[in-house]
Amino acid sequence: MDKLKFASVWMGGCSGCHMSFLDLDEWLFDLAEAVEVVYSPVADIKTFPQHVDVTLVEGAIANQDHLELIQTIRKNSKLVVSFGDCAVTGNVTAMRNPLDGAEVVLDRAYKDAQLLRPQVPHDDGIVPPLVDHVVPVHAVIPVDLYIPGCPPPAKRIRAVLQALVEGKSPEMIGREMLKFG
Amino acid sequence: MPRTLTINGQEVSAGNEQTILEAARDANIRIPTLCHLDGLTDVGACRMCLVEVVGSNKLLPACTTRVQEGMEVHTDTERLRAYRRQIIELLFAERNHVCAVCVANGHCELQNLGIAVGMDHVRYDYLFPRLGVDLSHERFGMDHNRCILCTRCVRACDQLEGAHTIDVLGRGARSLIVRDMNVPWGESTTCTSCGKCVMACPTGALFKQGSTVAEMVHDVEKLAFLRAARERKVWNV
Amino acid sequence: MNLEELNATATNERLAQAKKNHHLHVCVGTACQALNSEQIAKALQTALRQQGRNGEAEVKCVGCPGLCSLGPLVEVASRVNGGPTQPANESPADANHRTAVLYQFVKPEDAEEIIAHLGGEPVKRLETPLDQPFFTRQTKVVLENCGKVDPERIEDYIAVGGYQALLKVLTEMTPQQVIDEITRSGLRGRGGAGFPTGLKWGTVAKADPNRYPTNVPEGIQSRKFVICNGDEGDPGAFMDRSVMEGDPHRILEGMAIAAYAVGANHGFIYVRAEYPLAVKRLRTAIRQAQRAGLLGNAIGGTAFSFNVEIRLGAGAFVCGEETALMASIEGGRGTPRPRPPFPAESGLWGCPTLINNVETLANVPPIILKGAEWFAGIGTEKSKGTKVFALTGQVKNTGLIEVPMGISLREIVFDIGGGIPDGKEFKAVQTGGPSGGCIPAQFLDMPVDYESLAKVGSIMGSGGMIVMDDSTDMIEVARFFMEFCMDESCGKCIPCRAGTVQMHRILTKIQEGKATTRDLQILEGLCDLVKHTSLCGLGQSAPNPVISTLRYFRDEYLSKVKPG
Repeated sequence: MDKLKFASVWMGGCSGCHMSFLDLDEWLFDLAEAVEVVYSPVADIKTFPQHVDVTLVEGAIANQDHLELIQTIRKNSKLVVSFGDCAVTGNVTAMRNPLDGAEVVLDRAYKDAQLLRPQVPHDDGIVPPLVDHVVPVHAVIPVDLYIPGCPPPAKRIRAVLQALVEGKSPEMIGREMLKFG
Repeated sequence: MPRTLTINGQEVSAGNEQTILEAARDANIRIPTLCHLDGLTDVGACRMCLVEVVGSNKLLPACTTRVQEGMEVHTDTERLRAYRRQIIELLFAERNHVCAVCVANGHCELQNLGIAVGMDHVRYDYLFPRLGVDLSHERFGMDHNRCILCTRCVRACDQLEGAHTIDVLGRGARSLIVRDMNVPWGESTTCTSCGKCVMACPTGALFKQGSTVAEMVHDVEKLAFLRAARERKVWNV
Repeated sequence: MNLEELNATATNERLAQAKKNHHLHVCVGTACQALNSEQIAKALQTALRQQGRNGEAEVKCVGCPGLCSLGPLVEVASRVNGGPTQPANESPADANHRTAVLYQFVKPEDAEEIIAHLGGEPVKRLETPLDQPFFTRQTKVVLENCGKVDPERIEDYIAVGGYQALLKVLTEMTPQQVIDEITRSGLRGRGGAGFPTGLKWGTVAKADPNRYPTNVPEGIQSRKFVICNGDEGDPGAFMDRSVMEGDPHRILEGMAIAAYAVGANHGFIYVRAEYPLAVKRLRTAIRQAQRAGLLGNAIGGTAFSFNVEIRLGAGAFVCGEETALMASIEGGRGTPRPRPPFPAESGLWGCPTLINNVETLANVPPIILKGAEWFAGIGTEKSKGTKVFALTGQVKNTGLIEVPMGISLREIVFDIGGGIPDGKEFKAVQTGGPSGGCIPAQFLDMPVDYESLAKVGSIMGSGGMIVMDDSTDMIEVARFFMEFCMDESCGKCIPCRAGTVQMHRILTKIQEGKATTRDLQILEGLCDLVKHTSLCGLGQSAPNPVISTLRYFRDEYLSKVKPG
């Protein structure tokens, strides 16, 4: 079998899911045999490539960059996987939503809490504007597979990737695979 | 006089005052529930325990429906499974249930049901309502973001403690669990601080202050024990 | 008051009224009152005095004659050639002896002119024909006294035969005979569900009051109860309001007969607080009936006692649902409870309770007086009698109508209703309020009865009937009713509480052009869930407007959703 073209991104997340991914420990060697990493936060690739087989998306859609990148990801990937609670539900990243807007959050972080030069960071093209309402990935694009967890335990990630690498559909059943949080 | 009925093809014997839920439990058949709590009266509100009964064109709640002789009950059809999954998803979307930072993470009946119905994501829009947290009581806290309005706390306070401190304010999705005439918990004059409501809560909405993530474990059996003990007059006071 | 005294009162009242040659009936229903009809009545009385015609004419305030779009309405019934006067809305049996004129859009300033024309030519600019299809095609049973009797005078009610049925029942019939009569008539609940009324009465009559634990408050002697559901909550429905305002004694009489039949001695009328005029008229009627010995202890000198209390709603549509209504009367939150047990066996305070809609009860006295066969002779095989509808929306004649079951929609909309105004085309008619569905033009010739309406995806409901023309956005109709259900959901059960919110959200998304075909799928899945798993009728029928518009106007939905 050809190596799977594998990508991963982190959007509005803490990268904890990627840390959990790294907890795959020595199985990462096996994985490296089966996939070709074509895009990842841990690889130095600038643009999201085409013809990706599997993309793991960590994090919720929280700013303008995410909104744009996720469209590219969907267009260029066969299988898009919402990876972790932020991507699946919005999770902690979305906890600012009841405050109804990014402005109040930015003011609190950058103005109220600052002693020196309180100002909201702003640089067109450099600092992407926050969206007013954080949403899970499937609110913006159709998603093919969901891996809940905060972070998903390494065992769960392995079970999913193992199945994908073998060309099978992962069985998302039971506490092992489905527990959120 | 006992009655015989079939549940999922299995013949089950039941007392004539038993509900379908009780009869199923006795026969080791599990029907999912959320608003039911041993020791409290049933209200048939969450609709998780709805079962199909041959001959009835309506689905019936197992917790409030008495068994009838010859009843043919199905508890786990594809249709019921689909409905239960929708109900759990609706709950998760309704308020702010963030398992990752919740005191009840790992010991939560809502979370457990999410797993049981195979929920890997919620198809509905999350509503992200703005709801508060009441920490005015010295020992306990109430987080409305995690409340599913099951009213177990209302019934526990009314039926087991007898104080009826807790009730529901408003209606529909805007309903809120309140104490007395909607005063902060710490200012309630009828609350006895017995903690039964905290024991009764299925999620992290009611908790002991000082618990952090995943530390809140509700002692549900204690409530059934209290009720049974009272009924049998174990303490002669 | 026993039968002899009742008859004497009736005769005296008829004689007193017959002394006048002209009777001016001024509608004082809520709608006409909002347009100064009470001032009109006063102005007419003043004009009578000033023109010295007090001896030959009198002004009577009456309930709703039905043609609300032309209000305020004044009807002048005049005696000609020595015959008795006869109010309108009945086909004149003898044209030589009585005439009637109906005036529309009356203002207090018109009083002098109207009085001046008494006995002569009508005031042409105010006149509207009484032989128009709106009137001639109706069959009045429930509304037969509305527009004829003064709702605030028991004597007027007695004069047209009021309380005859009650005394007949108390002196000549056993409770079982009463139940049999109602059963044979084929009367079905008019609140919307269409449950056979005789069957319900029979169940309550047979129910053992000791079967379930009860906790009746001290001071109430009865162990069974009768409740009149006057909570009429459907948007656009004012049938019950008009009966409560226009003929309150009729309801009391119906309730008393029902109480006798089922063995109850205490009753409640649950009226929504948004009907202050109905509450006032009912309170007055109760007082008058008690004073006349036709309500309260030892009615008509018999051993039967029946006391009636009014309870007010507090702004919750869900309290029209019978178990929520009873919870409300008991002083609790108005939330429904699972059934069984049904109210007929365990209802108010755990006691066997008969709960009937206003219109259902208003049908009872005529059935007793004229017989089950007479009632069963009206309507269709499975839907007997008449139905009162509040005909509103994009139709020329909006107002209150009563028609025999089985009449076609076409006849209601185009003959009685006068058709669609402004040159527009008929698009749909919505029946049953937030629990009902929209019926498109292809079904205009269908009969209006319980089964036929259900077959096309709607319900009879309580009587709301909204006509829609081709400018109507059907998704907006569905969204409006879903918003109503969402706001009114009691919140107890998850499918209704959370499901209506999500359905409303999707419908709003569709209207904003932001919805996808996936959203439509989710909407349909929610319709299925909410309809089949909700605890009470509110939730169970909340998806109906959506389901119905998806069935007949799917292209409107499809044109607004994006692929995805």
